[in-house]
Amino acid sequence: MSQIEKNSSLWSYANPRKFLATTERLMPFLWAAALICLVTGLVWGFFFTPDDYKQGSTVKIIYLHVPAALMAINAWLMMLVASLIWLVRRHHVSALAARAAAPVGAIMTVIALVTGAIWGQPMWGTWWAWDPRLTSFLILFLFYLGYMALWEAIEDPDTAADLTGVLCLVGSVFAVLSRYAVNFWNQGLHQGASLSMDAEENVADVFYIPLLVCIAGFIVLFIALVFYRTGTEIRARRIKALQARERAGA
Amino acid sequence: MMPDLGKYADTVLSAYAASIVLLLVLVGFSLWRGRRVRAEMEALEARMRRDG
Repeated sequence: MSQIEKNSSLWSYANPRKFLATTERLMPFLWAAALICLVTGLVWGFFFTPDDYKQGSTVKIIYLHVPAALMAINAWLMMLVASLIWLVRRHHVSALAARAAAPVGAIMTVIALVTGAIWGQPMWGTWWAWDPRLTSFLILFLFYLGYMALWEAIEDPDTAADLTGVLCLVGSVFAVLSRYAVNFWNQGLHQGASLSMDAEENVADVFYIPLLVCIAGFIVLFIALVFYRTGTEIRARRIKALQARERAGA
Repeated sequence: MMPDLGKYADTVLSAYAASIVLLLVLVGFSLWRGRRVRAEMEALEARMRRDG
């Protein structure tokens, strides 16, 4: 492979210096895009969309609940891809990216659970039900907690990356289950998917477009946070390496 | 300007408040830790350069 091909390859971002240099150039644009999309989508949804004929004004919760739930699942799937890259190719940046994404995914899961409970109370008459989708989401949240705890519990970063990578593979079953639970079990309180490739199943257009803007905002915010936090993890790892070198030299 | 949320005003506003607070805490903590770690790394690199 020529030097030019190497530099333009996706794998070149496994070099921490190149990753940091590239993401630092992108960060201002990502923060700005996330802020613009989120403010536009939420203001549009909250102030300028009508009430639903059945759910009243509670339909406005959709602009937070659906994007957060979507990101909760997809954050784990991103962690799965990053963990597989670590396990197969041993690129440290990918393991650190998976680690950086976990708290973001966990907060997205909490937002989905909390807004779901708040929304569910007036609609279903209960904050919580052991419904397939709700339960699989709760288990996904517990996997996030376990994943973060495992990273903190193991001193050696490579061993931690290996073990958390395996945990991520196992947890992926629940991430997929969270997405498709309503299809597997035709029971429970939770409705079917709000967004679908089948246009007839989607929410009405008046809610759909601001919802898409909010989803775009959550996606860009997730990317910005993961890039920024991965940079922090790379620097934290360098601090450990420098401290070890200092101790060895003393 | 505030839309009429009817009898669900508390429900909708509490969902928005909880979500926005969680997002702000996440972004704020990420930025705070990022700056702290960067400053620590730069100080350590400067000290190692100075000490040879």
